[in-house]
Amino acid sequence: MSIEIDPIAVDPTGDREPERRPAPQSRMSFQKWLRELGWRHLVGIAVVLFAAFPLVYVLSASLNPSGTLTGSNALFREVSAENYVALLSDPRRPYAAWFANSLIVGLVTAAGTVFLGALAAYSFSRMRFTGRRFGLLSLILVQMFPQLLAVVAIYLLMRGISDFFPAIGLDSLVGLIMIYLGGALGVNTYLMYGFFNTVPSSIDEAAKIDGAGHARIFFTIILRLVAPILAVVGLLSFITTMSEFVVSSVILTSPDRLTLAVGLFRYVSEETNTNYPVFAAGAVLAAIPVMALFLWLQKYIVGGLTAGAVK
Amino acid sequence: MKVLALKLVLLALVDAVAVFAMSVMLLQDDYVLAGVVLVVTLLVNWVYLSPGLLPAKYLTPGLIFLAVFQVFVIVYTLYIAFTNYGDGHNSTKDDAISAIVGQNTQRVEGSPVYQVQVVESLAGLGLLATSPEGDVLVGTAEQPLEEVAEGDVTMDGPRATAVAGWTSLGMQDILQRQQEIAALQVPLSDDLADGFLRTTNASQAFVFESTFVYDEAADTMTDSASGIVYRDLGNGQFESGDGQVLGTGWQIVVGFENFLYPFENPRYGGALVSVLLWTFAFAIISVGLSFFLGLFLAIALNDPRMKSKFAYRVLSILPYAFPSFLGALVWLGLMNTEFGFINNVLLGGADIPWLTDPWLAKVSTIIVNVWLGFPYMFLICLGALQSIPEELTEAASVDGATGWQVFSGIKLPLLFVSTAPLLISSFAFNFNNFNIIYMLTRGGPRMAGVEENVGHTDLLITLVYKTAFEGVGRDYGLASALSILIFIIVATVSTIAFRRTKALEELN
Repeated sequence: MSIEIDPIAVDPTGDREPERRPAPQSRMSFQKWLRELGWRHLVGIAVVLFAAFPLVYVLSASLNPSGTLTGSNALFREVSAENYVALLSDPRRPYAAWFANSLIVGLVTAAGTVFLGALAAYSFSRMRFTGRRFGLLSLILVQMFPQLLAVVAIYLLMRGISDFFPAIGLDSLVGLIMIYLGGALGVNTYLMYGFFNTVPSSIDEAAKIDGAGHARIFFTIILRLVAPILAVVGLLSFITTMSEFVVSSVILTSPDRLTLAVGLFRYVSEETNTNYPVFAAGAVLAAIPVMALFLWLQKYIVGGLTAGAVK
Repeated sequence: MKVLALKLVLLALVDAVAVFAMSVMLLQDDYVLAGVVLVVTLLVNWVYLSPGLLPAKYLTPGLIFLAVFQVFVIVYTLYIAFTNYGDGHNSTKDDAISAIVGQNTQRVEGSPVYQVQVVESLAGLGLLATSPEGDVLVGTAEQPLEEVAEGDVTMDGPRATAVAGWTSLGMQDILQRQQEIAALQVPLSDDLADGFLRTTNASQAFVFESTFVYDEAADTMTDSASGIVYRDLGNGQFESGDGQVLGTGWQIVVGFENFLYPFENPRYGGALVSVLLWTFAFAIISVGLSFFLGLFLAIALNDPRMKSKFAYRVLSILPYAFPSFLGALVWLGLMNTEFGFINNVLLGGADIPWLTDPWLAKVSTIIVNVWLGFPYMFLICLGALQSIPEELTEAASVDGATGWQVFSGIKLPLLFVSTAPLLISSFAFNFNNFNIIYMLTRGGPRMAGVEENVGHTDLLITLVYKTAFEGVGRDYGLASALSILIFIIVATVSTIAFRRTKALEELN
């Protein structure tokens, strides 16, 4: 089963202190409340502080106009958009280009992974052919060797490709996307294969009898029925790609071709104290799309993450 | 009909790209690669044009990417691990010989002056040279000078200025590409010992000869200035009798040398052992702490009477939604020794070296990793807890079990069974958790007494990266050997652990 996080279960009065809220069944004595629920709130508050503090801090640092890490320690004492302006106006640090690159790479990789994975999953799930079992098995085995470990070989391969076709070799976003597509296919195909199997094949048989070809069945019927898993795979692939550092740092070199992960890392590690506030602004902007997507669709992501594992 | 037309258009596009690719490869004399592309293209056409082969029609697009960027790179990693590939051993022996000969050229005193024009074609920059005798020749760095037919040449007095098939560079281009032109050496003939043409002002060129002479019959490289003879002793480089080595070598297969390197260099070996232990410790402690924190939180918040639990849940999974590389970089600022928030505000101006002391750096990376990892554990524990049937708890309490007994005797074992596979994959992930370590400490602080760049918080995977891509002595062979070591460890641990959990499941 999947994990349920019920977003509708929020009580409009939920954020208030429980002891002030009239309990629906009967009033608890304060001591009983302390013993049974109080510690739960203490744990909750402590963990929330630990979890959220760094994020609050980076938000405050991004708004603080002092220009250094030291100055950022004064939380929310001054608020201005100075760092954001500085972030977007320095041509030596083409943040807008990094942002665009990350979005392009993330979106194209997600779309490509979903499409290629769905094609493969469809054939594994609906067709019987020699080599099918072997194919499924090798998909699992190949995953044992993550692309991360082959980063040296990938770099040398791309260097070789650069000799023939610089446009898809080193320092090219197209090349990077191709690498990601190759690496993500195994695990995602497997995930989709499981979901495709849950769609009853009587549906496509009925369509076949009605005269629909395989392509029509795939594009107009199956893809609609498996939309949830397509969304999950697409999202996970987008989020992973946005955070990927190893391969992209090796492939990309020109300042305006970097992704956010590579660009922001190089920028902040160059001179942490003075670059931190502007980095913070960059981090806030970079995190917004990912966090928004995640929180909006957390139910599906969490379900997809644990599908099959938690019974 | 429309579908068929679309299919044909797409296939035509693929074929066009393939033909272009093959022509580029053939231009560079790479027949093997061109052959591979040809075979793949024919296969793709066959798959999509023949009426049957339905599964192949759906599998081919994905397979091509998987084959190149997953399967091929694994095989290639294996191969590199058995070579000396790296700085100084980048290419073939022929390339190394021409590099050594080409790097050490000197102008031949009193040699004839050639009139030249810098030209360019697909093959790159070249020189159009008019010899003192009036012969017109053209060549590039790879293609030795060749005489051109008289009809193709445009002359300007005694100097040829253009030739068919080549573009002559104007003043503007020459100025822009000064450095490239100054570095250009065009061999006079196939035998590099005959010398090269080089130009300094883009209009006159002189004959340069190398001080290094390669003797093909004896397979030796002789420095004619000092008279030292360098030989190929099978180590992928030219070595002199007294152990001097020429900087440019070539790539050879070295067998298990990369795997034996830690044993032959005890200091490096010792460093590698501590990196290995720390990698295990980091992965196990990270998974363990995140799991228990997540579990504790799940237990605390898993009470139907808590109305505000949704707020707690959303706020505490925030780190999971935050992109992980940014999370590490945010902590980099918080933990800064001089200016960071933790030292300056929380600890009132303390001077604790969170990221630069060998032991504290280890603690810090684990804290940050727990921060990033516990929300995931929280979510899976919560799911697992909620999926344990209520009847079990009730039955146990009817039988007189206390709350703690119910928890430790029933809930916890069930929880372990259902989360064990996820804990194993989490271990495998953290074993290679490159981002946290590299962004926080870059593997540092550096270990003292070890020549290679190995740090106290280095994981094996960051060591792979540093060996291959940082500093001067890049060693792709050693890095690939380390990759294979990681693969063996992770594969073994996962296999054993999965077997164990299978057994656990059957027991219950």
